[in-house]
Amino acid sequence: MMQPETVNNDLRALFQEGRKALDEGGAGIINACREEAFTAFEKAGGIPCGTEEYRYTDLLPVFGREYAAVLKKEPLRPSDLNEAFSCSARDLSAWPVLTLNGHCCENSSGESLPDGVIVCSLREAALQYSDLLAKHYNRYTSPAEKESLVSLNTAFAQDGVFVYIPDGVVLERPLQLINFLRGARDLMAFQRNLVVLGKRAEARIVVCEHTLSDHYFLMNTVTEIRLEEGARADYYQVQNQHLGTALINSLFVSEQRDSFFESNTATLYGGLIRNNQYVRLEGAGGTCNLYGVYILDKSQHADTCTYVEHAAPNCTSYQHFKGVLDDASLANFSGCVRVAPHAQQTESFQANNNLLLTDTARINSKPQLIIDADDVKCSHGATVGQMDEEALFYLRSRGIGEAEARTMLMFGFTHDVVRRVKLEPLREEIDKLIEKRLRGELSKCHNCIMQCKK
Amino acid sequence: MDNKQDNILQEVTGSEYKYGFVTDVETEAIAKGLSEEVVRTISAKKGEPEWLLEFRLKAYRKWLTMKMPQWAQLAVPEIDYQDIIYYAAPKQEAKKEWEEVDPELKATFDKLGIPLSEQKALSGVAVDAVMDSVSVKTTFKEALAERGVIFCSFSEAVREHPDLVKKYLGTVVPSGDNFFAALNSAVFSDGSFVYIPKGVRCPMELSTYFRINAAKTGQFERTLIVAEEESYVSYLEGCTAPQRDENQLHAAIVEIVIEKNAEVKYSTVQNWYPGDKEGKGGIYNFVTKRGICKGENARLIWAQVETGSAITWKYPSTILKGDGSVSEFYSVAVTNHYQQADTGTKMIHLGNNTRSRIVSKGISAGHSSNSYRGLVKVAKNCQHARNYSQCDSLLLGDRCGAHTFPYLEVENSTARVEHEATTSRIGEDQIFYCNQRGISSEDAVGLIIKGYAGDVLNKMPMEFAVEAQKLLQISLEGSIG
Repeated sequence: MMQPETVNNDLRALFQEGRKALDEGGAGIINACREEAFTAFEKAGGIPCGTEEYRYTDLLPVFGREYAAVLKKEPLRPSDLNEAFSCSARDLSAWPVLTLNGHCCENSSGESLPDGVIVCSLREAALQYSDLLAKHYNRYTSPAEKESLVSLNTAFAQDGVFVYIPDGVVLERPLQLINFLRGARDLMAFQRNLVVLGKRAEARIVVCEHTLSDHYFLMNTVTEIRLEEGARADYYQVQNQHLGTALINSLFVSEQRDSFFESNTATLYGGLIRNNQYVRLEGAGGTCNLYGVYILDKSQHADTCTYVEHAAPNCTSYQHFKGVLDDASLANFSGCVRVAPHAQQTESFQANNNLLLTDTARINSKPQLIIDADDVKCSHGATVGQMDEEALFYLRSRGIGEAEARTMLMFGFTHDVVRRVKLEPLREEIDKLIEKRLRGELSKCHNCIMQCKK
Repeated sequence: MDNKQDNILQEVTGSEYKYGFVTDVETEAIAKGLSEEVVRTISAKKGEPEWLLEFRLKAYRKWLTMKMPQWAQLAVPEIDYQDIIYYAAPKQEAKKEWEEVDPELKATFDKLGIPLSEQKALSGVAVDAVMDSVSVKTTFKEALAERGVIFCSFSEAVREHPDLVKKYLGTVVPSGDNFFAALNSAVFSDGSFVYIPKGVRCPMELSTYFRINAAKTGQFERTLIVAEEESYVSYLEGCTAPQRDENQLHAAIVEIVIEKNAEVKYSTVQNWYPGDKEGKGGIYNFVTKRGICKGENARLIWAQVETGSAITWKYPSTILKGDGSVSEFYSVAVTNHYQQADTGTKMIHLGNNTRSRIVSKGISAGHSSNSYRGLVKVAKNCQHARNYSQCDSLLLGDRCGAHTFPYLEVENSTARVEHEATTSRIGEDQIFYCNQRGISSEDAVGLIIKGYAGDVLNKMPMEFAVEAQKLLQISLEGSIG
């Protein structure tokens, strides 16, 4: 049996030995934060084991595996990846940005962006726009002091994607971040993204996760998003990886006055996926909507962990997560809404609905409200159940076979969340993927020519 | 305006806790501190058999290895377990005859409104009065014995019915269950024992009244209720303590065993001294209550009104083992001033077709913090379990907190589990509606709270419901601006 101490010792050794390579791969502020972050990681007790946040998630089997850490960037051009992968949502007409094993590919987006908009690798940003990075890098991870894996990311991160949209600029086309994992052996990788939207700036960002080779991966991603006054961001994630992948995906959003943030996460396939979403509403009048759907089978495991902090009055937050669980899958939902003492006039709603299809599937749901202000309207709900027999009967009485009827009902169940996707081509694509997924046709990583076995 | 409000508040907080007096009776207490020696002394004082001493020592050794739980949404000051007196008793053993009881004790319970004299007793409630660590008097024993119902103090049960106690003690709450349960198992001094034989419907309501009197002591009582097949009992529990500046510890255990087709209704009105308005003093109430529906179609109903204690840490739980068993949990928890409460329930579904229902209403005022924490677990082989939980919180003031922490763990696809929670304050429109009809704001709030808590109060036995409603009014008086 693997002990957490062994894993922590290995990580320390890796940090110390790989320090030179890490610093070479990173730059400026990224390197400056390492030491402190690793100390924080160790102070928090290393990888979380049996803590309240990881009560239902055992990370040891994932961390206990022998990985090669990605400490060096592979030279790679976007065209290499295009051979292996083609996005099926063609009508998206997005600006693509590609990353491989956490490192941003050079000249990912060949086309020119509007004036003042910066989309580049984080390492490049640390060199060229050091002021911007100094102001924003690693500034918004604060609600998660307890989350040691975020500190681990800060200690090891070298690169990722940096997006900066200046005041008043509205990005017409969405940005599509396509993250690939590929290796000749089992890999542990880190990625760090930073997105800054100036006052009244608007952007839509689509993040897709894919695996391109038949190995075990442990990916630790941290994304920080800063929304200045009146900014607006729509953030979509499509997670479609193979069963040997563990993805620890932490998102931190800092919202200023009257800003708007909406995220929609579709978890379709993956070994262990942990989605942490921390939103801090710092200015009055902010809005935050978090949506998500997870469809799991086999031995897949997906965690959704949200933490919405109302630190200012007059903010609204809405969360809705739905899941379908088959075979021996496990899903955990832990959602927390925290209202600070002076955050009056808060409105908040949170819902988590789950369909359990087998007796071996498990769901743990933990919606929470921590409220210290009185003029609020906050509510949450969680349900676990089965398909409505009457609805099933209705469909069957109209000549629809049972399997088909069940698929239709499950599709309708998840569509409730998917319909919130405002990018039409993406919505259609997700719907299509979900339908395939429910029919069991999406058993291989979608669109990957490797067709590996996991 | 603010000044006036403060005055009202002061008036109310100064006078509200009317059970804060101290009774002057001779008390026998052992030296403070906890050690194996103390555990042995308590056991010896009570003349316990060897197996019970072993039970205590095992719990004590386990306790030494345990740490106080930190997960609750409570700020518990450091408790010095060596600074507590673990055994205190009025210098008088339980008396059979009313005339023999120390008049001072009689007066105490009269003042509390507890009918110990059978002549004066309210119709059909048998009472076991526990002062500090010892049962003072149990009423209606003979009348109950006619039907085979055993209702006596725990020490008496150990003496007279050792087999029954031995059979059930620690079967629902194991001695090492949690930190406070282990502490209780090591040093518990007295409590009540109830045994309802097969097919008997207990003719009257049974009630235990707990009173802390002596200073610097902790109260550790233990209640064991056994309901055999086809039986029924309604059990009530009430508690008060004197007003003191120091904090006192109360760590109790309640174990309930329910066999096939039996039903137990357990109601609590908890009114320990909550501390003054500055948050000074008050009881730390760390209680483990658990029942098991052992046989088919067993029923356990928890109803509680929690208004007292500086800190409450309490989760009455049910293990639904028998097929078709049912458990319900109704709770109103009120916190005011600097009170803290982290309370809720656990429903563990093991048997097929088991059902549970949770209705929890929290009311927070002043600077208090009120949390609901609950677990609904459906085990893998439990088919067609059904749970519905509803947890509402009402905030009366901008400095208090209301928190909800439900845990749903489901491992079976035939289960239906629902949870709903809301947090809000009383709507201005609701108060305006009442004002318009000539009802003052204060009365309107009372009315709304009465309606809000009605679901729970309706589940309480009649006398209790009246008392509980009064308590609610007193606890919240002056907290509405």
